[in-house]
Amino acid sequence: MTFSPALEERFAALLQKYPEGKTRSAVIPMLIYAQDEVGAITPELIEEVAKRCGVAPLQVDEVVGYYSMLHRKPLGKYHVQVCTNISCMLVGGEELYEHAKKKLGIGHKEVTADGQFSLEEVECMGACSWAPAVEINYDFHHFVTPEQLDKLIDGLKKAH
Amino acid sequence: MAELVKLTIDGRTIESEKGTLLIEAARQNGIEIPAFCYYEGLTLQAACRMCLVEVEKTPKLQVGCTLPVAEGMVVHTDSPVVRQSRKGMVEFLLTNHPLDCPVCDKGGECELQDMAFRYGVGESRFLERKVHTDEKQWSPVVFFDAPRCILCYRCVRICDEGIGVKALGVANRGVVAEIVPNHHDHLECDECGACIDICPVGALTSGIYRYQTRPWEMEHVGTICTHCSDGCRTTLGVRNGKIMRGNNRDRSGINGEFLCVKGRYGFDFIEHPERLQSPMMRVGDSFEPISWAAAAEEISRRFKAVKERGGKFGIIGSNHTTNEENYFLAKFARQGLGTNNIDHHRTGDLATFFDALSGRNDALATTADLYSASAVLIVGNDLSQQHPFLAYQARANVRHHQAHIYTVTSGPVREDNYSVGSAANVEDLRDKLKSEKDLVIVFGDSVQGDALRKLVAFGDSLGIPVKYVCLVDYSNSRGAFDMGVVPRDGGMSIDQMLAAPDLDVLWVVGANPLKRGSLSAENAFVVVQDLFLTETARRADIVLPAASAYEKSGTVTNVCGEVQKLKQALKVMGAKTDLEIFGLIAKEMKLNLGIWLPDKVFEEIRKNVRGYNVPLPVVATGGAAPTLPLNGHVAALPGVIQSAGDTLFTSGSLSKYSKILNAVMEAPGGLYEGSKER
Ligand code: SF4
Ligand code: SF4
Ligand code: SF4
Ligand code: FES
Ligand code: FES
Repeated sequence: MTFSPALEERFAALLQKYPEGKTRSAVIPMLIYAQDEVGAITPELIEEVAKRCGVAPLQVDEVVGYYSMLHRKPLGKYHVQVCTNISCMLVGGEELYEHAKKKLGIGHKEVTADGQFSLEEVECMGACSWAPAVEINYDFHHFVTPEQLDKLIDGLKKAH
Repeated sequence: MAELVKLTIDGRTIESEKGTLLIEAARQNGIEIPAFCYYEGLTLQAACRMCLVEVEKTPKLQVGCTLPVAEGMVVHTDSPVVRQSRKGMVEFLLTNHPLDCPVCDKGGECELQDMAFRYGVGESRFLERKVHTDEKQWSPVVFFDAPRCILCYRCVRICDEGIGVKALGVANRGVVAEIVPNHHDHLECDECGACIDICPVGALTSGIYRYQTRPWEMEHVGTICTHCSDGCRTTLGVRNGKIMRGNNRDRSGINGEFLCVKGRYGFDFIEHPERLQSPMMRVGDSFEPISWAAAAEEISRRFKAVKERGGKFGIIGSNHTTNEENYFLAKFARQGLGTNNIDHHRTGDLATFFDALSGRNDALATTADLYSASAVLIVGNDLSQQHPFLAYQARANVRHHQAHIYTVTSGPVREDNYSVGSAANVEDLRDKLKSEKDLVIVFGDSVQGDALRKLVAFGDSLGIPVKYVCLVDYSNSRGAFDMGVVPRDGGMSIDQMLAAPDLDVLWVVGANPLKRGSLSAENAFVVVQDLFLTETARRADIVLPAASAYEKSGTVTNVCGEVQKLKQALKVMGAKTDLEIFGLIAKEMKLNLGIWLPDKVFEEIRKNVRGYNVPLPVVATGGAAPTLPLNGHVAALPGVIQSAGDTLFTSGSLSKYSKILNAVMEAPGGLYEGSKER
């Protein structure tokens, strides 16, 4: 498997970064970056990362199973993550999540038919001070109300 | 001497080497800190939190299994808060645990049971439904019951670090985290069962043992594995004359807990339905059972007649039988029958080896040396396949002492994964090897004769202390050679015996030379002692049912020349030990070859066989006593030297009769080219 030149460069730098014999440490960043490019963690990608980091495919699989931000199936173009953990829950996180489900017509870890949006109910994202928080791809949105969420989503719909 | 620090545990002041883990320091001083995930020799996991202790001046409880001792540390392992934490941990571990101890294999020797009994509360505050998943079969030997698992990762670590296979992992997390095999729903691995035995609970269970018995119903007999030459000690669990399991959890012996699939599971051949039950005599094209007395009489009559008229004997001994049996057979041949035509399937060039190293007392490596040497060079052998325990030792050496492994092999081997140098030729490694502190060179059957002398000369020219291991195949190849089951002083080799048209008697003890060879002397009287009707036994005039290594006492010598004691685990109907058979024939022939009790013969061996004057208490108490057969010229022997080419899953004709070894999908192994057993 090969990746874009930019990503290849990034991987090469990654593998240099850790002490000798510790390339296992590169598994997580490699998976994250590769997921962004490939769209999902495929079995092929697992094999590839295992090979590059010098570990068994099962050891990469363990990581994929452990971290919820690693996905085996492709997400929507915009991945909407709504926090319902305690700080957000106290100020309407759960209602926000219910609203998002209705708005997008999909549930947890589902993708809209046109492949544009996916939804995920997530645990604390470290944005408690600005709860309730929503993350869309890598962008954070603070103090989000259902109305604001509608606007955000509609804006993205228009954007393409 | 390493730096010592003083610390206090439970009011006792102790001294411990700096850097020692608290849990070890406590153990060394007789204070137990309970633990699940901590396992001596494996990497630290700190997953179970059973080992939490109170350390003064630290706000929270500390993890005893990862905390190095420090000067002035004051530790409490039994304070109210520690006790409360342990109760909490046990309660937590039991949240989804099925508590099916009454039917669980581990019941009675389960660490969770012990901990719950010692430290648990006896009741739980969890009222939720337990998460349940059904048990799974991953291979003929490995079963997994997820609900019983406490996620200590011991199995994952032993498979990765100890065995070097990495077949187990953990999927998911939290309450649904589960141990998974490398191929989704099944395992493709060494099938060694190490993961099962290391599991503190009954989550991993063994295909041959599960739901069969309880630990306290068995007698536990420590003996030596009969498969390869590494000489692992295995503790057999025996109930009502049946071996229920093999393991070495007590870490007795040179191998600690290690056993490969053959040692842990490969004993079912002893109850194979085709096992010979009675002496048999050829009548026309078939065999008829006869009594032992009649068989001995007939053999004696024929042997005597051939001896009297100066006829030609050919005797092929075994590389599975005990030293006592080999010694007695050699004596029988030379003194009793007056022949030097005695040989066995030789799998390593020991004659040249001993000759080349003659006069040295520090040139033979022991199995322990493979774990302690700073470098190991493997020449011409797939160690993980053919010498699983030696490979394990080298692997542990890399892990614990950062030893350097070098390989010179014809194809890829597992050792390549952690070797620091592979080459086509030892010369190419010279510079690197020269800078090592010391070295063990392990070499296979391709290194014989001049090549062997050259390799020794190469080792000697490095200018560092070098020890050697000449690899041989079966459980007592070394013993067969040392006891003189070889065509010394002009005797005939196996091939010469088979080719001699005028051979009068062929006596085969626990070997199968006719599997590949054929006997030229059509009229030879053939006697075969074996467990099964092998290709050779089919050609016999008289077949005698022999006992296996698990059914006899005596000693065997492993690949490194370490003598260890076999302990009889059970008796079988019909068969006799080869020693008893020799005695019976000798008596019938009125030969005076001495008493044929294993202990008596061993005394004679200690007196007469060079290098075998080993300390008796070491052997008697189940230890391994190194022999030193390096004093004087050893003449080269006629005949072929060739490894049987067995793999991790085969063991000559024995594995053919082991259902379990044939059941695993990895058998017989990629390397296997068909046994070259003779
Ligand atoms: S049986 Fe041995 S090789 Fe297979 S998973 Fe268990 S420890 Fe690993
Ligand atoms: S299966 Fe056994 S050894 Fe493996 S993690 Fe679970 S409890 Fe530990
Ligand atoms: S390594 Fe050899 S002696 Fe040890 S258990 Fe396996 S077959 Fe038996
Ligand atoms: S609880 Fe939602 S960001 Fe922390
Ligand atoms: S033994 Fe220390 S955390 Fe498991």
